[in-house]
Amino acid sequence: MFDMLNASQVAHIAKLARLGLKDGEEDKFAHQLSDILGHMEMLNEVDTANVEPTSQVTGLTNVSREDKEERFCQKEELLNCTPLPLEKEQIRVKPVITQ
Amino acid sequence: MMLHSLTLAEASEGLKSKKFSSLELTEAILARINKLNPVLNAYVTVTGDLAKESAKAADEKLAKAERVSPLCGVPAGLKDIFNTAGVRTTCCSNIIKDFVPPYDATVVEKLKNAGLVLTGKLNMDEFACGASTEHSCFGVTANPWDTERVSGGSSGGSAAAVAADISFYSLGTDTGGSIRQPASFCGCVGLKVTYGRVSRSGVTAMASSWDTVGPFAKTVRDAAMVMNVIAGADKRDSTTPPVAVPDYTKNLGESVKGLKIGVPKEYFGEGIDHQVSAAVRAAIKEYEKMGAIVKEVSLSYTKYALAVYYIAMPAELSANLARFDGIRFGSGPKRKTASLVDYYFATRSEGFGDEIKRRIMIGTYVLSAGYYDAYYRKAQKVRTLIIEDFRKAFQEVDILITPVSPFPAFKIGEKKDDPLAMYRADILTIPVSCAGVPAISIPCGFTEQVTSGGVNIEKRLPIGMQLIGPQFSEEMLLKTAAAYEQVTEWHKMKPVL
Repeated sequence: MFDMLNASQVAHIAKLARLGLKDGEEDKFAHQLSDILGHMEMLNEVDTANVEPTSQVTGLTNVSREDKEERFCQKEELLNCTPLPLEKEQIRVKPVITQ
Repeated sequence: MMLHSLTLAEASEGLKSKKFSSLELTEAILARINKLNPVLNAYVTVTGDLAKESAKAADEKLAKAERVSPLCGVPAGLKDIFNTAGVRTTCCSNIIKDFVPPYDATVVEKLKNAGLVLTGKLNMDEFACGASTEHSCFGVTANPWDTERVSGGSSGGSAAAVAADISFYSLGTDTGGSIRQPASFCGCVGLKVTYGRVSRSGVTAMASSWDTVGPFAKTVRDAAMVMNVIAGADKRDSTTPPVAVPDYTKNLGESVKGLKIGVPKEYFGEGIDHQVSAAVRAAIKEYEKMGAIVKEVSLSYTKYALAVYYIAMPAELSANLARFDGIRFGSGPKRKTASLVDYYFATRSEGFGDEIKRRIMIGTYVLSAGYYDAYYRKAQKVRTLIIEDFRKAFQEVDILITPVSPFPAFKIGEKKDDPLAMYRADILTIPVSCAGVPAISIPCGFTEQVTSGGVNIEKRLPIGMQLIGPQFSEEMLLKTAAAYEQVTEWHKMKPVL
C-alpha cells in the first residue's frame, strides 16, 4: 500500500520543482497526489523481471545531422521575448546570491 | 447551401471552380465565429484582419496558378499550442498569456505554404493537460451538441470549432487522447498519427516520448487532405523517421472486403457506457456486412496503461515545463521579487494552474532519488509489455476497433476537482499512445434523447469509435474509416446552434 504523502513532503517536492504553494495548498495536494500515486501501485503486480524499458517507440537511435551552423530567427526577435531588461544583448536577471 | 457548412473538399472544389472566393468564404466564417464564439468559447484569439489579408493573397494565387494545394484559401483555426509567428500563442496558460512567437511551427509553415487562411487560435487545457478544456486560463469550451457539457480535451477548442462549422479543419495534439476524445465528444473526425509521422518543431512539448500532431476534420477525406500537407520527416524534429508519405486520399473508396478486424474484449468491459459499446458493436456489424472478418482478440495489459501513462507523462512534462521560468519568455511574476530563485517561485506559482502543479509534482516525485527505479523505470518496462500486446494482436488482425471514450461528453464541473476521475476519461486512448501506433476517431452514433413532460432533459450526444492500426498505417486507417462513412450518415449530423 502507498503511504500517504504529508504536507511537509509536498512542500519539499514543490520546492524541488520551484513551485511556490499558497497556504493550505500543501494539504490539498498531499491528498490528491496520494490518491494518484496510490493508483499507480498496481504496476507492482506486473512481473517485469526480464523486460526491457521503452523510451522510444519507433526504434530511432542516434539521429545526427551535418555539424553546420544554421541561422534560426534573428537575435533581436528572440531577445524581444523576455520580460526582463536587456543589457549588451544579454538578459539582466535578479541577483543569484543575496544577503 | 450555406458556405460555412461545406466540407474542406467541397470548399476547395468551390474555390477552384470560382463558385465563391476565399474572401467570401473567410468573411462567412468570421461572421459565424462572431455569432457563436460567445456561446462556445472555442477561439481564444480571432485573427480577422490577418485572415482577410491571407484570403486576398489566396484568391490571387488561385486566379494565377494552375496547380495550387487543395487547402489553398480555406479558413481554419489551430490549437493554441502551435507557434504562429506574430500571433499570440498561449498554451492557454497564464505563464505565457502574452507570448508572441517569432517563428512558425513546421506544420504551420507547411499549411501557410499551402495557402492557409488562419482565422485564429483554439482553446485547450493548459499545456494540453486535461480531458475537458476546463483547465484553460480562458475557461471551458462548451460542447456544440449541449452547451452545458464539455467539448473534451485537451484539444476541445479544435473539436468544437470543426463540429460547429467555424473552422473547416483544424490541428490538435494527442499525447494520451487529446485529439481522439474531443473528436468523439463533438462528433467529428480526429486522427492521432504514429509517433513521429508529423513534425513537432514549434509545438510546445508536453510528454516528449508520447506527443503527436494530427488533424480534426468534418470527414475522413478532409482529414486525409490535411495529412497530405502536414506529414513527413523534418530536420527540425529528430523523432520523425524517413518513412515515405503516400497520397492519403488515393485509396479512399476502396472496399474493405477480407479486412481482418480485431475486437479487443478489454475495451468493452466494466465502466463502459452501454450506449457507447452498443453503437460501436453496431458499427462493427456494418463492417461485417461489407465483407470484413471480425474476430475477438485480447490486449491483456490494457488495464495498466493508465498507471504507466500517469508516471511517465508527468515525469517528461515536469522536465519540459522546467523551461518556463519567466526569463526568456512569458511575462514574469506580478509580485516584486528579491532574488533569482524567488523570481522562479513567483513566476511558476502565479503562472501555472492546479492541474499543471499536480503533474509537475508527480513528475518531480517519481524522478527523484530513490524513486526512479520504482516508478519511472517500472512504467517504461510495463510500457514494453503493452507494446507487445499490440504487436501480437497485429499478427492476427489488420485493424482493431474499440470505443474512443468510456462515456459521452460529461457535464461542465462534473470531474474538474477529481483528478483521477478526469484521468479515467482516457483509459481507452492511452494504451494506443503507449505503443505509438496511429488511431482515428470517427462518429458512429448518438446517445438517446431523453424528454420529460415535453422538456429535453438529456440531449443527443455524439459517440465515437476508434480504429487502431500498426505504426505508419494511417493510409489503411483512413481507407477503412472512409468505407464506414460511405454507408452511414453520422458524419452529416449537425448540432443546432
